[in-house]
Parts: sequence; C-alpha cells; structure tokens
Amino acid sequence: MRKSLLALAAGLLLAGSVSAASAADKLKVGFIYLGPIGDLGWTYQHELARQALVKEFGDKIETTYLENVPEGPDAERAIEQLVRAGNKLIFTTSFGYMDPTLKVAKKYPNVHFEHATGYKRNANMSTYSSKWYQGRYIQGLIAAKMSKSGVLGYIGSFPIPEVVSGINATMIAAQSINPNIKVKIIWANTWFDPGKEADAAKALIDQGADVIMQHTDSPAAMQIASERGKLAFGQDSEMIKFGPKTQLTSILDTWAPYYIARVKAELDGTWKSEDTWGGLDSHMFAMAPYTNMPDDVKKIAEDAQAAIIAGKLHPFKCPVIGQDGKEIECKGGANLADGQILGMNFYVKGIDDKLPGK
Amino acid sequence: MELVEAIILSVLAASTPLLIAATGELVTERSGVLNLGVEGMMIVGAACGFGGAWLTGSIFIGALSGIIAGTLMSLIFALMALGLAVNQVATGLALTILGIGLSGLIGAGFVGERLTPAAQLHIPGLTDVPLIGRVLFGQDAFVYFSIALIIGVWWFLYRTRAGLILRACGDNHVSAHALGYPVLRIRTLAVMFGGACAGLAGAYLPLAYTPFFIPGMTAGRGWIALALVVFASWRPGRLVIGAYLFGAVTILQLHAQGWGVGIPSQFMSALPYLATVVVLVLLSRARTGGSTAPAALGTAFVPDR
Repeated sequence: MRKSLLALAAGLLLAGSVSAASAADKLKVGFIYLGPIGDLGWTYQHELARQALVKEFGDKIETTYLENVPEGPDAERAIEQLVRAGNKLIFTTSFGYMDPTLKVAKKYPNVHFEHATGYKRNANMSTYSSKWYQGRYIQGLIAAKMSKSGVLGYIGSFPIPEVVSGINATMIAAQSINPNIKVKIIWANTWFDPGKEADAAKALIDQGADVIMQHTDSPAAMQIASERGKLAFGQDSEMIKFGPKTQLTSILDTWAPYYIARVKAELDGTWKSEDTWGGLDSHMFAMAPYTNMPDDVKKIAEDAQAAIIAGKLHPFKCPVIGQDGKEIECKGGANLADGQILGMNFYVKGIDDKLPGK
Repeated sequence: MELVEAIILSVLAASTPLLIAATGELVTERSGVLNLGVEGMMIVGAACGFGGAWLTGSIFIGALSGIIAGTLMSLIFALMALGLAVNQVATGLALTILGIGLSGLIGAGFVGERLTPAAQLHIPGLTDVPLIGRVLFGQDAFVYFSIALIIGVWWFLYRTRAGLILRACGDNHVSAHALGYPVLRIRTLAVMFGGACAGLAGAYLPLAYTPFFIPGMTAGRGWIALALVVFASWRPGRLVIGAYLFGAVTILQLHAQGWGVGIPSQFMSALPYLATVVVLVLLSRARTGGSTAPAALGTAFVPDR
C-alpha cells in the first residue's frame, strides 16, 4: 500500500518513479532527484552514490528515491511524502529544494535532512556542496594550453555564483598561461535542454572558439565539439563516450564518500547539522583522467591538482582583479573568503562580457 | 560569409522538429480535435526512434519506429477523446505525462549510447557552392521531408475534397455528420496523422539533432509546436514563417550572446517567444479580422444513431 501511495505521489509529480523495498527496523534513507536517473549528469551522479550506499550498508538500510521532482513548492509534497513513508534521513539534491526542505524540516524535528548546494540550515538540516571552482581552475590551465585560436567557449546555465565563480576560476588560470586569452560566454538559461546546448556549442565554435566548456548537464556540447573536431570538457559525469578524441577531462561529482559518512553517522546516532563545503582534498568531486593532451599539459594539470589538494594553490589567491581593473577586497587573508566565492557576482579582468543583471 | 551559412544551417536544424510536429497538430486541430499530448508523443517518438536506429543501425528504420510510436500514442488519445468522448484537454495532458514516463522506461536501455547521425545530402558541385550550397543541397532527409510535408498539407487542406471535408468536421461536426460524413473516423485519421508527425519530430532529435537519447530531451518543444499552431491561426503558410522565425531568433540570440552584445541573457532567451508571438499576431491582424480557429475545436462529438 505504501508503495502504491508513493507511486501515486510520484505520478502526480509528472512522471516520477519510485523504488522501495519493504522491511522493518532498517534505517530508511530517502532521495529527491531533480532529473531522471538516466540524465547522465547531475542526477545520475547522485544515483550512483545511492547505489554505493546500498552496497556499503546492505540490509542495514533501505533507500527510496523520487525522480523528476520539480524545484519549488511542489517539492514540499514530495519531501513530506518521504517523511510519511518513514524515511529518517532525506537527501534533497538540488538548490531549488532549499526552502521546501527547510519547511518540512521544521515540521518534523525528528527527521534529518541533507540539502545539496544551499545555504539555509536547521538543527536537523545540513547542507553540502563542492568547491567545483578548483576543478574549473585546472580546466582553465588545460584550455589555455590546448587552444590554438585563443578563444574559449563557455556555456553557462544561469548566472548564479556557482557558475560565475567557475568562469572566473577558469579565466584566472587561463590568463596565467596566456594573458591574451579570450572567452565567449553563452547562457542557455536552462540546466538541461540537449538541443539548445548543442545550438550554443555550434554558435561558439562558429564564432571561433576551439575549446568548449559547459556548466549545463547534457553531453550535447561534447558531442558537437567531437563532430566539429574541437576539444571540450565534460560536466558532472564521465562524458568521454560522446567524444573519445574530444574530452580533455571532466569534473566528476563523487557524492558517495559523503553519503556513506552521513549514513554511518545516522546509524551510530552521531548525526548533527553541519555545513560541508569540500574540495578535491576531501573527495567531494574528482577529475576524470586527463586525455587527448600532450604529456607536458597533462603534467601541468596534475601538478595543479596536487598543489590544490596540498593546500598550496588557491584559485582565488589575492590580488583578484575585477573587470573594472580594480582589486577585489580580500576578506580571507591570502585568498578571497569562502563567502566571497559563494556569493560571487562579478567577472574578473579579461572577460569582455557583461554579467547578466549587473 | 561562412558564419552566415553556419547560422542558417543551425536555424534549419533547430526549426525542423518544431515544423514537423506543428504540421501534424495543425491537421489534428483543423479536424476539430485539440490534442495537447504533442510533447508526450514526441518524447516517445524520440525514445523509439533512437531504439529502432540503434538496434538496426538504420536511420530510416529509426524514423519509422518514431512514426509508429507516435501513431500508437495518438490512438490512445483517439480511443479516449473520440471513442469515449472524454474531455480532450485532460486527455491530452494525461498523454504528455504518460509519454514522459513511458519514454524513460523505453529508453532506459539506450541511455549513454550514441549513434552516427542521419547522413546529409551531398551533390558534388552544387553542395560546394558558397553560402547557399549547403543550405539548399546539404541537408538531411528530415529537413527536405518537413518542407514537402507542409506543402502537401497545404495542398490537401485547400485543394482537395478530402481536405474540405476534414475542415468541415472541424468547423461544424453536426452538419458534416448530417451530410453523411463519418466525423469520428475522419477525426481519428487526423489525430493519427498528428501522432505520426509528432513521433517523427521526436525521432529527429536523437537521429539528427543530438545523436543520443536522454530522458526528457524534447525539453518542451512539443508545447512550442502547439503554440505555433495557434499563433499561425491554423494556416500552413504562417506556420512555416512561425517555425523558422522561432528557430532563427533562438540561434541568433545565442550568437548575439557570444558576440557580447550586452543585453541580459534572460531577455535574450525570452526573445524567440516574444518575436514569434508578435509577428504572427501582426500577420493575422493584417488580414481579415475575427477568429480563425476551427469552430468545433476541442468539443466532443457523439453521433446520434
């Protein structure tokens, strides 16, 4: 009955699906997914981590997920549905679930919530995110080395700090190799529309970009770059299948270590509300193998990765120069403060574009 | 000049699925049936189209699978909305929801696979002519077919007796019935044609546009096709203008962003919708006023025996 109720709820949420196995006395862990588990990107990586949980804890836990849950008020019903189904630890895996998660968390103080990429917390609601800009910095180094035209193409989703800090980290790195490097930025204003992402990649290549970077979720841009004989970086997942001679590397969201740690804490009764913002050093994400580049470029990338992990290299090391040529106030000692990166709403020097809304 | 050619090529690729799906829906609506399930039929067409092509290695069989899948989906709609006279709006919406779920199920085994996209025409000499060569003589079969399709539909609707009867069903099903025409049979055929077109339009995405399948890859194109039919005031000629205009503004706004025009990208993304609506509304105002919608659109017909 519970299963059919859940299935009904999922059906109401536009074609969701549900997986649940019934048993008593197990810790029930629930997941809310933004896309379909087969999106090959964002949601797929969360699903891989859920599968890793099942493998790690076996029959000590029982997991349930709801996929294709729209962000916004609709999500509240989906989260509450998971609570009513007896889930004690619930991962809500997209920024737009922030307020709905908080609302449900306040209503059910005995249930623990984990919200990805947000900033609102509660006694029973943690947040977790990754310092993807570290990966973008490494990509910037590679891109500047590999570009022959000196023009990089960047497909953005929405002009939010996470994406803007990625563009800035890329350009700071790229300028350290080639001070005259240019970047062309196209905002798709969507996270997922393969056709539009492909059109954006075509436009960038037609305008002279020869290395394509993306902050949208489908492998469409990789595929177009491969068709046109250019180079590209993947996003979220391994995308080398769509460009065996095209992918330089990809930022891989590896949520499994974090999810395993949090479920373990819940099982041990030591779970408490935390704010986790991890980088390459804490394995919140990883870089896909460095491919389709000469050994010297590979070495630069590997060295940068090692330096970032060792804490010797920070992409936003002061002084950071803004678009207007003025130095950005350095609030974090030697580097920009975390808060400045999490709220980044400016372009660095050398980007000839205007940040939407500025 | 190369850039202009590249832009036109991208525009054709972006407009073709909209044109094919909207052509089918135009015929459906002209018969008096409002099928809001275009998005659902398209995405199932995309999943089956990719599956067919991936399993057999033939783009043609892929396209055919898409057409058959779209037609089968539309038959579900016909059974409910025509056979049982269920509310057409609700049935169409349900068809979209069903289609999105079903396509994920069908496509689950194909996610992550890639195809060689549909071949493009190449006529030595002609295709190599600068600027217009590739535009006119270097497209894939879908593009040529979509143009033949809309011309065929125009000819059928306005130049054949069968087309006149179909329009009569859409304008006044009681009179058409009184004259002895099988209204429900005609409407069923029109709905099936709409489904076949939506299925083909869906199949175009993984077979030619972005040669892989991902759940949800139609990303709202079915809804745009629906809107185009309304704003084209149910006329094939305006539909062509609307579809290409929408595609053109979509591509141009991406290029404008790349050039750094400095207009907020959020506005640029809304521009294709704005431009298409404005132009098509102006076009329909320029001619005779009054509503051009099929008079019986969306109303159920239950024949008295």
